[in-house]
Amino acid sequence: MKKTFKIGGVHPNDNKLTSDAIIEVFPVLDTAYISMAQHLGAPAEPIVQKGDKVRVGQVIGKPTGFISGFVHSSVSGTVTSVEPLPDLAGNPVTHVVIAVEGDEWCEEIDRTPDIKRDIPYSSEEIIEKIKNAGIVGLGGAAFPTHVKLNPPKDKKAEFLILNGSECEPYVTADDRIMKERPEEILIGAAIMMKALNVDKAFVGIEENKPQAIASMKKAAEAFPQIEIVTLKKKYPQGGEKQLIDSVTGRRVPSMGLPIDVGVVVQNVGTSLAVYEAVQKNQPLFEGVVTVTGHCVTEQRNFLLRIGTPFSKILDAVGGLPKDAAKFISGGPMMGKAVANIDASTLKGTSAFLLMTEEETRRKEEGNCIRCGKCTEACPMGLEPYLLNKLCRAGNRYDDLEKEKIFDCIECGCCLYTCPANIPLLDIIRINKAEVIKIMRNRPKK
Amino acid sequence: MSTTIILTIACLGVLGLLFSVVLYFVAQKFKVEEDPRIDIVESILPGANCGGCGQAGCRAFAENVVKAPSIGSFFCPVGGNPTMAEIAKALGQEVEAKEPMVAVVRCHGTIDNRAKINNFEGYSSCKVMSSLYIGDTGCKYGCLGKGDCEVVCKFDAIHIDPKRGIPEVNQDKCTACGACVKACPKSIIELRNKGLKERRVYVSCLSKDKGAVTRKACAVGCIGCGKCAKVCPFGAITVENNLAYIDFTKCKLCRKCVEECPTKAIWAVNFPIKLPKSATEPHTEPQPQTIEKESTVQQEN
Repeated sequence: MKKTFKIGGVHPNDNKLTSDAIIEVFPVLDTAYISMAQHLGAPAEPIVQKGDKVRVGQVIGKPTGFISGFVHSSVSGTVTSVEPLPDLAGNPVTHVVIAVEGDEWCEEIDRTPDIKRDIPYSSEEIIEKIKNAGIVGLGGAAFPTHVKLNPPKDKKAEFLILNGSECEPYVTADDRIMKERPEEILIGAAIMMKALNVDKAFVGIEENKPQAIASMKKAAEAFPQIEIVTLKKKYPQGGEKQLIDSVTGRRVPSMGLPIDVGVVVQNVGTSLAVYEAVQKNQPLFEGVVTVTGHCVTEQRNFLLRIGTPFSKILDAVGGLPKDAAKFISGGPMMGKAVANIDASTLKGTSAFLLMTEEETRRKEEGNCIRCGKCTEACPMGLEPYLLNKLCRAGNRYDDLEKEKIFDCIECGCCLYTCPANIPLLDIIRINKAEVIKIMRNRPKK
Repeated sequence: MSTTIILTIACLGVLGLLFSVVLYFVAQKFKVEEDPRIDIVESILPGANCGGCGQAGCRAFAENVVKAPSIGSFFCPVGGNPTMAEIAKALGQEVEAKEPMVAVVRCHGTIDNRAKINNFEGYSSCKVMSSLYIGDTGCKYGCLGKGDCEVVCKFDAIHIDPKRGIPEVNQDKCTACGACVKACPKSIIELRNKGLKERRVYVSCLSKDKGAVTRKACAVGCIGCGKCAKVCPFGAITVENNLAYIDFTKCKLCRKCVEECPTKAIWAVNFPIKLPKSATEPHTEPQPQTIEKESTVQQEN
């Protein structure tokens, strides 16, 4: 039986145009622009200077806080500058710019294609290795993985869930790696199970990826403690809280974390990165990026090194399509619009989506007719129409807190489903930030 | 029939009497002593409840002003000096007149001066826009032009000019309550003194980017060259982080900096238009109400 989460959800057309495009290795360009803000939390501090020689996989940025991570060079060559450059939203972020010379990798990285199956490391060693490899959650938020694998002492993880649902339309990066490298993903899962000291893991995959399910099921025959779960196609199936509900039937409490119900969720892409870091000593500096959109002539999946400008990716797929009006980094539901096309890719970049004016145009906003569609669609059980009303009334932060605005996961289901085209998410998002700020500043009792 | 009516009236009358006696004593017991001056002060205040004074509203202002030993630290920006003088009189105190202030928009990145590099289609609010990205122009410090300031203004004093894409302040209506200053996510609006004959000189830019970056994004941005600071005879101009700032308490309105500025980022408002040289003088304030002012000034002269 196909499992799914109980409340809310929408059914956008999945548009998986690149599902059959094999992962191609993107050529290394002549310059790499590596951002120091590759993860959620404090940006890394560059430890290289102008003129330094770096190799592929060498550390170029070190973490500056608990929630932070290492950044590694994705190319070999000479550092030409360390300077603030605009990121995809245009805000200045420290970048290390490297002029590429050859492709010389650090010696410790094992580049042989054979699969290493046994895990001779202890839990602490694994977490240390993951931390040093700069691995972040590749599901979208780019939360440092070592923090997630190190739950507080008083909480015990029971299950590990690998997120292979990839509910975002268009994106096929996880789909492809599940088809092409299922065994490595499962070894990565086994490594994380050892780090967390759990003996049961699930891999949740949406039903619209039958080949991925088949290949993962075949690979899982060697791993009796890992179960492949087929999930119903419904957005946001890949939301952490929704996935836990779908797979285990447990509900993460309001304001809680998955660990509160004994679950740790990791993306399949993260699992592959963990395998490469622990078994092959390869830090995270490349990832699969789907380049897609109805207006793109050559739709592809690329294995792309971090620090590649989006504009160069465009050149590789036949240049800028005439009718492209919007660039999105990530999927169409939760991805970020790229305001600066010269910005470079990050560890968490999963897709580069091009949309036409027709596809992206916002329709004129109407009046709320209290149809309740947004309430039906909200996977967190909120009432978006009410939140919208309170937000627009201004200064109703107490009421917004009572209505649990902080539980919003910004999935965009309400905005997608609203027949009056009310920009519910835009309004809720800024007020959510305001409410969370007020709650944090409140003295603790 | 009649006995029922009489009985009812008698019962209710006795009950009413009983309750009134109880209520009278309760009211005596729990009476709240309130300074009668609070009501007097509140009646003097404009009743805008704008919060510009920093209090929760006009009533809170009145309560606190009566409680405080001196009214020196209070100021109602809406009523201004006349209101404060009246309050002082009512409280038997004296108050120094404060210089009137006005909101000043420190960005001239109009549609002509600053090219758009992308289109924003989301919810039309500066706050939403600035939470997502730097904005639809190359300048991340400049005005976003979605009018959050216009929405919060209770005095109809600030409006986005659709032709120019930036807000304009009606200085006669502006009370300097500071609501727009708080609402602007880019902190572009500043409260500055109204100045002698309402004349003001200010740097209309907030870009802390390096000169070349600023120049690329906007034709009238401050590039932090420091020429103005050198030419200023009163030491009113400081240049920090590639940005000049004129301290209005020191500025004597000589306008040497205005002439010196290579990008014309320094603006002089409400000065009479210079005659023959005006062909090379691009600094005419385009606000309609200001032009009226200029003509009146000229008549006075």
